[in-house]
Amino acid sequence: MAETVYAHESVAQADAHAAAAHIEHDTNTGISNTKLAMWLFLASECLLFGGLITTYILYRNPLEGPTPHEIYDIPFTSTSSFILLMSSLTMVLAVSAIERGDHQRLRVWLGATALLGATFIAGQVYEFTVFYREGLGFTTSRFSSAFYTLTGFHGVHVTVGIIMLVSLLVLSLRGKLPEHRSETVEVVGLYWHFVDIVWIFIFAVVYLVPS
Amino acid sequence: MALTEARPLALPSGEEDTIERPGGVFARPTASRGWRSWVTTVDHKKIGIMYGATALAFLMIGGLEALLIRLQLWAPRGTLLSADLYNQVYTMHGTTMVFLVVMPIGACFANYLMPLQIGARDVAFPRINAFSYWCYLFGGVFLNTSWLLGGGADGGWFNYAPNNGVIFSPSHGIDFWNLGLIITGIASLTGAVNLIVTVLNMRAPGMTLMKMPVFTWMTLVTQFLLLFAIPVLTAAQVLLMMDRLFDANFFNVAKGANPLLWQHLFWVFGHPEVYLMILPAFGLVSEMLPVFSRKPIFGYPFIVFSGVAIGFMGFGVWAHHMFVSGIGPISVTTFSLTTMFIAVPTGVKILNWTATMWGGKLRFTSPLLFSIGLVTMFTIGGLSGVTHAIAPADSQQTDTYYIVAHFHYVLFGGAFFGFVGAFYFYWPKAFGYMLNETLGKTNFWMMLLGFNLTFAPMHILGLQGMSRRVYTYDAGYGFELWNKVATIGAFILATSVLLFVFNIIYSKVKAKSLPPVGADPWDARTIEWMTPSPTPEYNYDPIPTVTRVDDFWYRKYGETKDGKLVRIAATDDVVQQRSDGKGIHLPSPSYWPIVAALGLPLVAYGLIFSLWLCLIGGIITVAGIYGWALEPPDDPDAAHEDHGPGGHTSDDGTAVEETTEALPEAEAEKEAETVG
Repeated sequence: MAETVYAHESVAQADAHAAAAHIEHDTNTGISNTKLAMWLFLASECLLFGGLITTYILYRNPLEGPTPHEIYDIPFTSTSSFILLMSSLTMVLAVSAIERGDHQRLRVWLGATALLGATFIAGQVYEFTVFYREGLGFTTSRFSSAFYTLTGFHGVHVTVGIIMLVSLLVLSLRGKLPEHRSETVEVVGLYWHFVDIVWIFIFAVVYLVPS
Repeated sequence: MALTEARPLALPSGEEDTIERPGGVFARPTASRGWRSWVTTVDHKKIGIMYGATALAFLMIGGLEALLIRLQLWAPRGTLLSADLYNQVYTMHGTTMVFLVVMPIGACFANYLMPLQIGARDVAFPRINAFSYWCYLFGGVFLNTSWLLGGGADGGWFNYAPNNGVIFSPSHGIDFWNLGLIITGIASLTGAVNLIVTVLNMRAPGMTLMKMPVFTWMTLVTQFLLLFAIPVLTAAQVLLMMDRLFDANFFNVAKGANPLLWQHLFWVFGHPEVYLMILPAFGLVSEMLPVFSRKPIFGYPFIVFSGVAIGFMGFGVWAHHMFVSGIGPISVTTFSLTTMFIAVPTGVKILNWTATMWGGKLRFTSPLLFSIGLVTMFTIGGLSGVTHAIAPADSQQTDTYYIVAHFHYVLFGGAFFGFVGAFYFYWPKAFGYMLNETLGKTNFWMMLLGFNLTFAPMHILGLQGMSRRVYTYDAGYGFELWNKVATIGAFILATSVLLFVFNIIYSKVKAKSLPPVGADPWDARTIEWMTPSPTPEYNYDPIPTVTRVDDFWYRKYGETKDGKLVRIAATDDVVQQRSDGKGIHLPSPSYWPIVAALGLPLVAYGLIFSLWLCLIGGIITVAGIYGWALEPPDDPDAAHEDHGPGGHTSDDGTAVEETTEALPEAEAEKEAETVG
C-alpha cells in the first residue's frame, strides 16, 4: 500500500494552529525592515560615492588653472572635518537619549547634530567661495569639475541629513516622537554616520593624499 | 518591532489615538475599483500588473523602432530613415527594450510573484513599491517625449564619450536619455531595497532561505545586482549631466579628460545589468520546467548557488566590452579569463534544466515550449558569448552584427522567451482565466521562427564584416540576402507579439463561457498556487507554514518507500478557499507615492529647458515626501473591528497585530514619520 511520508489531516487546520502560523512582530532576520532597508540603501550609496571618488582620483591633476596644492587650506578643512566628525558623537548621544526616554536631551543633541552639520556646510560654502575667487571655477579644469562634483555631492547628502534631523526635532517638539519610535532616530543616525564616514574617505583622498 | 507598536489602535496607554489628518489636503484614498484604485494602490499584485502592462506598451514602441531599423536595412542604400534619424531609432530601441521592457517585466514578476512565493501579504514597503512603479512610468514617458522635443538620443544605448558630449550630439536627446534613466534608476534602486528586505524579512513560517522557490532566489540576486550596479550608472550619468548641462570637463578631451572613464563606469553597471535582465527569466523557467516535467528541479542547491555565483562574478567581467579600447594586455587577459569562467555557472543551470526534463512526464504546454525555447536559444547565445571571451576573436567581432546577434539571443531568446512563457503560466493566477493553448503554441512556433530568421543571419552578417549602427550598406558585399531574411523574420516576430496580445483579448472574451479556473490549473508545485485565482487582495488566509521546497506539491503528493509518487490529498482540499478577508490588516492606499514621483520628470524637464520648472517639480516631490512621511502607513479610519482571535486588545496594552506587512516606510528621505 502507499505509505506516505508526509501528510496532514487538514492542511488548512495545521496552518491555522501551527505555533508559527501567526506572524510575529519579529522579522526573519531579527533586524527591522526599516533598519535593514537603510543598511541596503547605504550599501548602494557606497558605489555611488565610489564612482565619484574614482573619477576624482583620475582627474586630480589639472592641465590648467589652480592645482590642488595651490588652493587647499588644509588647517581650515581639517577643522570643519573635525566639526563634522563630532556631530557623529552628538548623534550617538541623541539616539541614546531617546532610548532612555530623555526627550529633553534628545532635542538638545538632535539640535546640536544639525548645528554641527550646518557649520560644516557653511565651511564648505565658504571654501567654495574662496576657491572660486582664486580662479577655480566649476568649468576651469578636469580637476575643478571633479572636486566640486564630489565634495558638492557629499554636501548635498549632509544637507539632506540636516533636513531629516530638523524634521525629527520638530516632531519631537510637537510630542510626536515617543520612546518606542526611537528606531526612527537610530535609522537617521545610520545615515548620518555613513555621511561622516564617507567624508573621512573624501577628506583623505582629496585633501591629504599628495598628487 | 518598535514601529508596529506605534499603530493607532495599539497605543500602550490605551488613550484616544492622536492621529491627525495628514496635511489636510487629501482624504485618504479609499477606492477599491476603477482608475483611482490603480493610481493610489499599494498592493504588490496591482503594481506588478501595472509594471507588466506598461512594459508591454513600451514593447510596442521599441518593437516599432526595431521594424523601422529592419525596413531601413531591407536593401542597400535604404532611404526610409536618414542617418541621423537612424541613430536615434536604434538608440531608443536599445534603451527602451533594456530599461523599459525587459527590466520592468522582471520587476513585474518580482512584484507579483515573489511575495506570494514567500507567503507574505505584501512587500516590506508597499508605498515605496508604488513610488518605484511611478518613477519607472514617468521616467519612461519622459524619455520618450524626447521624440516630440527635438529628437531622441543618438549615441547608442551605451552613449559612449565623447560622442555623448554637446559638441557631437547637440540635440537634447542625450539629456532626455540621461535624466530619464536617472529617474528609472531611482525606481530600480528603491525597488531593490524594498524587495531585498521583503525576501530577507518576510518569509512565511518555516521557509528558510534554502526552502525558497528558485524564482524568489533569482529575484534576490537580481535585486542585489540592481542595488550595486544602478548607483554606478547614476554616478556616470551625473558626470554626463554636469558635462552637458553645466559645462563640466569629465569627458571633455580638450581639458585632458579620459573618455574611457565613461566606458568603465558604464560597463561596471552594464555587465551586471545583462545578468539582472536574464536572472528573473532563469528563475521563471526554473519554476515552469519542474511543473511540466512533474519532477523537482534537478539540483536545487546548484541552481541557487550558480545564480548567486553569476551575481558575484557579474561584477568582474565588465571590461570584455572594451577589448578594442586599448586597456592593455594584462587587463584583456584578466577579463578574458573571468569571462570564460562566468560561463561555468550558466552552464550548470543549462545542465540542471535539461536534467529536470530528463525522464520527466513532459506536458508540452505553451509555458513548457517557451521554457525549452529559452534553454535552447540561450545556449546558442551563451556559446556566441563565450567566443567574445577570446580577445582576438572579439576584436574582430566588436561593433559588428555578430554582437547584435549574440545579445538578442540571450536577451530575446533568453529573457523574453522566458517572460512570455511565464505570462502563459501565471496568467490564470493573476487574472482568473487561461490563455488559449492553441494560440499559445502557434505563438511560440511563430516567435521561434521569426526570432531565428531575424537574428541567426546576423551572425553571418557580422562575421562578413557588416558594422552595427551604420544606417546603410553598399551592394556587392554579400549583405543583401541575409538582411532581407532578417527583415522578413522581424515582421514574423512582430506578428507573433501581436498574436500574444490578441490571445489575451480572445481568451478573456472566451473565458466568460468557460468554468472559472481553479487555484491550481497546472498541478503546480509552489505555494503561490494555493491561493484562489485570481489572487485575493490579502493573498493568504491563513498564511501557510512551509516545511520544504515545493511545499504545495507535497501537500498534494506523498512518496512511497520505493520513491513512487502517490496522491495524498485532492487539490481542492489543499488549496485555500476565497474568504471575505475580514480581520486581515492590509496597508492602506496612498496618493503620496505618485505625487512624489510626479515631481521628478518636472525637475528633469527643468534641467533641460528652464530651471523654474525644477523649482516646481522639486516642491511637488518634497511635498509628496513630507505628505508621505506624515501619513501613517495605515488608515486610522479603516475598519479594524473584525480582528480575529489574537487581534489587538486596546485596554491592557498588549498589541497583538496579526500582520507585519504594513510596516511604516522609512528610507533616506522618509524618516520623519509621525507617530500614530
